[in-house]
Amino acid sequence: MKIGVLVFPGSNCDHDCRHVFQNVLGQPVEMVWHKDALPAGLDAVVIPGGFSYGDYLRTGAIARFSPVMGGVKEFAQRGGLVIGICNGFQILLEAGLLPGAMLRNRSLHFICKDVYVRVENAATPFTSACTPGQVLKIPIAHAEGNYYTDPVTLAGLQANAQVVFRYCTPDGKATADASPNGSLDNIAGIRNAEGNVLGMMPHPERCAEEMLGNEDGRLIFASMLEAVQQIKSKLSIVGS
Amino acid sequence: MKQPAPLVITKDLIAQHNLTDDEYKKIVEILGREPNLTELGMFSVMWSEHCSYKSSRVHLRKLPTTGPRVVQGPGENAGAVEIGDGLCVVFKMESHNHPSFIEPYQGAATGVGGILRDVFTMGARPIALLDSLRFGGLDTAKNRHLMRGVVAGIGGYGNCMGVPTVGGEVRFDDIYSLNPLVNVFCLGIAHKDKIFRGTAAGVGNPVIYFGSKTGRDGIHGATMASDSFDDQSEQKRPTVQVGDPFQEKLLLEACLELMANDLLVGIQDMGAAGLTSSSCEMASRAGNGIELDLTHVPRREPGMTPYELMLSESQERMLMVAKAGKENDCIRICRKWDLDVAVVGTVTGDGILRVKDQGNIVAEIPAKSLADDGPRYERPYQPPAYQDMLTNLNYDAIPDVKDANEALLSLLESPTIASKRWVYEQYDHMVRTNSIIRPGSDAAVVRIKGTNKAVAMTVDCNGRYCLLHPYEGARLAVAEAARNLVCSGAEPIGLTDCLNFGNPERPDIMWQFVLAIEGMKDACEAFQIPIVSGNVSFYNETNGLSIYPTPMLGMVGLIEEADRTMTQWFKQEGDDIILLGSSREDLGGSEYLKVIHSREQGSPPYLSLEAEKVMQECVLNLIRSGSVQSVHDCSDGGLAVALAECCLSAQDRKLGAVVKLALGRLRRDAVLFGESQSRVLLSAKRENRQVVLDQARRLGVPAEVIGAVGGNQLVIYLGDEHSTTKTVDVPLSTLHDRWADSLERMLVQE
Amino acid sequence: MKAKVHVTLKQGILDPQGKAIEHALDSLGFKNAANVRVGKYMELDIDEKDRAKAEAEVKKMCEKLLANTIIEEYRYELT
Repeated sequence: MKIGVLVFPGSNCDHDCRHVFQNVLGQPVEMVWHKDALPAGLDAVVIPGGFSYGDYLRTGAIARFSPVMGGVKEFAQRGGLVIGICNGFQILLEAGLLPGAMLRNRSLHFICKDVYVRVENAATPFTSACTPGQVLKIPIAHAEGNYYTDPVTLAGLQANAQVVFRYCTPDGKATADASPNGSLDNIAGIRNAEGNVLGMMPHPERCAEEMLGNEDGRLIFASMLEAVQQIKSKLSIVGS
Repeated sequence: MKQPAPLVITKDLIAQHNLTDDEYKKIVEILGREPNLTELGMFSVMWSEHCSYKSSRVHLRKLPTTGPRVVQGPGENAGAVEIGDGLCVVFKMESHNHPSFIEPYQGAATGVGGILRDVFTMGARPIALLDSLRFGGLDTAKNRHLMRGVVAGIGGYGNCMGVPTVGGEVRFDDIYSLNPLVNVFCLGIAHKDKIFRGTAAGVGNPVIYFGSKTGRDGIHGATMASDSFDDQSEQKRPTVQVGDPFQEKLLLEACLELMANDLLVGIQDMGAAGLTSSSCEMASRAGNGIELDLTHVPRREPGMTPYELMLSESQERMLMVAKAGKENDCIRICRKWDLDVAVVGTVTGDGILRVKDQGNIVAEIPAKSLADDGPRYERPYQPPAYQDMLTNLNYDAIPDVKDANEALLSLLESPTIASKRWVYEQYDHMVRTNSIIRPGSDAAVVRIKGTNKAVAMTVDCNGRYCLLHPYEGARLAVAEAARNLVCSGAEPIGLTDCLNFGNPERPDIMWQFVLAIEGMKDACEAFQIPIVSGNVSFYNETNGLSIYPTPMLGMVGLIEEADRTMTQWFKQEGDDIILLGSSREDLGGSEYLKVIHSREQGSPPYLSLEAEKVMQECVLNLIRSGSVQSVHDCSDGGLAVALAECCLSAQDRKLGAVVKLALGRLRRDAVLFGESQSRVLLSAKRENRQVVLDQARRLGVPAEVIGAVGGNQLVIYLGDEHSTTKTVDVPLSTLHDRWADSLERMLVQE
Repeated sequence: MKAKVHVTLKQGILDPQGKAIEHALDSLGFKNAANVRVGKYMELDIDEKDRAKAEAEVKKMCEKLLANTIIEEYRYELT
């Protein structure tokens, strides 16, 4: 699986995402500068966390106009896997690849801590290694993760199983208190209708190694690996 | 030479620039003429206490700065210490106290920005930040405002940069109400043979400015930092700089790319005293001169004078000396990162810093005179008259503790001891995915990717101990910092300091300073820990009231095997709890006396450096051999608080404990809350009990099994082999409630 | 021409900053203050003499970048 990790001015989890794919999962990674075209032959695109353009104006608002984003949209339309983590999720929202918007956290503070999320849909290319309802411990680190969308869109997300992760208590209850930022319906991550684009606020790349004391995040990347391999084997059957 | 229209340098003007008559005479002597206004401004910032260390330099020389691992000692942007694998750690700590009092968010943010630049100009990628903060009590709205602003500012800058803030400490005392301390520590990793220095070598090489544009902000920041506060200080707001972490992130990436492409001779950050300090210091280090042409300096506002351009402290700016012919490569890389960049001068061989503007020479000063020939003072010092009053304390007048449960809970919720969760949750402490030990244990530990190693860091200083006895206080700070590292499994390898004191022109303050230096020297020599970088912050006083002498230390330790690190919290029910070291009647200067009896008096705890050293050796051996489950040092609040912290500080699971402590001839409060040094709490599996006790006996370290992990409360019995009394018995949930959310409860009030 | 653009959260969308400020005002004794909304104010020069054209231009800027119309509304003045 060949991964493209986008680099915007102000991205700061780009190295972490490369480290996980390259050194933990042993997959080739290409760093893609935001002014360049998306390289051919990628199996997945990662939009990493950080403060693209300093988060000035709104989180993700300026990055969506970077030249590389045209290629990302086409890649997504062709069914390519795209995952946006934290600021990457915010960019996907601003770019319209996912519905909704982010408000400031309920506490108004930047919050960095471990949270628990429940896997609401385990039948996606990003969660197939999880069991439905599984509770994962993954850290967050953001000031604007308070997800909002209008009631019609929310109903659509719920009806199409597009809510992939909800904040929950350690034993899996999605109570209002379990949401660290006040997000609507405890939403921590959503996918698009087609299922190949995921945005999530928690950082799975920060908990994918034993040395860091938590490997829950690895399930997300392992799922992606499996999905790409399945697509590839299907293609080879069709081709033969 | 052509000078701008002469301006009469009056006595008032000299005084406004914080220069004495003698200092002015020396300037005239150096120049062989009267300076013009620009030159006067340049001398005043470079000869300020902040830049010239004029009161401290004769004493700082006594500190040990060398050792087999030292790659770069004091005098550069930051110090560097070798860690093997061809790598070194580059680190420094700096103060941003005065700006943070005037505007807490921007003051703290630009402090972080400055220390990051000090580290990455050396060719190191910053991988960790820590902060040491001091505030007045949180019972006033002003102090809460300062603390909220400082914490948000540190987070705002560090988070955006993608450098994790992995640890630090916050202490509270009303003495810091009008003069809070914001000391920021940064550590980076560099290849040992690719360290960059601030040197303008090679006559004819181009001098290139890059980063942000220059504005009028921060003019005279360096002289402000060398001035005491009075009631007018809050009106000095316009001189506070505003930070732009996004710009700094671009600057960081551009610098590392420039360095990787072999284009540079030298590089320096434009920190305090901006373009003046960076140019004259780089020239002076190389024994050269620099000719600058201000016409090309990128600027944010029209109509800026040479005086303003030379003294501006606009943030996120750098000066580099490139290899001749590489200008265009440098410019291309800077533009890729959307930075302003311009060739603004040339290295010359005449040793003069010559500044031109629009074809006219506006300043002409020997670079070395500005950078290194500032005044040196051997200021008089003597102990204050009140010193004996502070140390003499009649313990018979203080009743022993009656309700130990309530005393313990009061200590746990006092802000200095309470959990700092509210603070560190606002800092991204996990980015870069290296944080093996996160905030909330004795030291922070980050792994070094590509090696098996990890680095531990801590910042420490108990200002109250230093007030009561500056020499002992400084020794205690070194011992505590080293102990914190050792408790995490690391061997201390280097130290940086940030010496916060009052007005050095007062003999009693100078006495504190001189004694603290002596204490640091003796302790560092005993532990063989070199001091490789540092900073002095004098004039921390408002309306004549000085802060406690606060020589803050940032210590770095090396862990050869990253999977052999240690945390402070209990791990498993049934484990033995073992106390290393012995308790004495060390109540002087304790948190207990302050919180429960409102006294900040007595002699600080006794410290034997020899006993401390063997105790640390013992702990390190035990951790490396895998014989222990948890290790925690006893400090503020003594043994009872340390036990509570072992019970409470694990993120997921709290574990109780039942222990029995020998009372001997001591007071109950001394056993529970006294702050005797060289004591460490261990927990170990029962089958390792003998291994631990044998190891301790071999080294002559007192060791005793005092109880076991388990249950839902912390229970402490006091007594002897014949009879014991249950003195403490508190449910974990109560302990946790008072300790974990105390700061948040205080800070949510308006 | 100079354009002055105001961007605020839409009515009905929770404004946590506004709420915090309202709470602070209340505790400072400003009991009559209510419905605080926090927004952004931007000023920019437009090189365009024709008012209608300038207005169309600013509207486009708002829709495309300056405001996120899922959560924010905007208004502007031209002078």
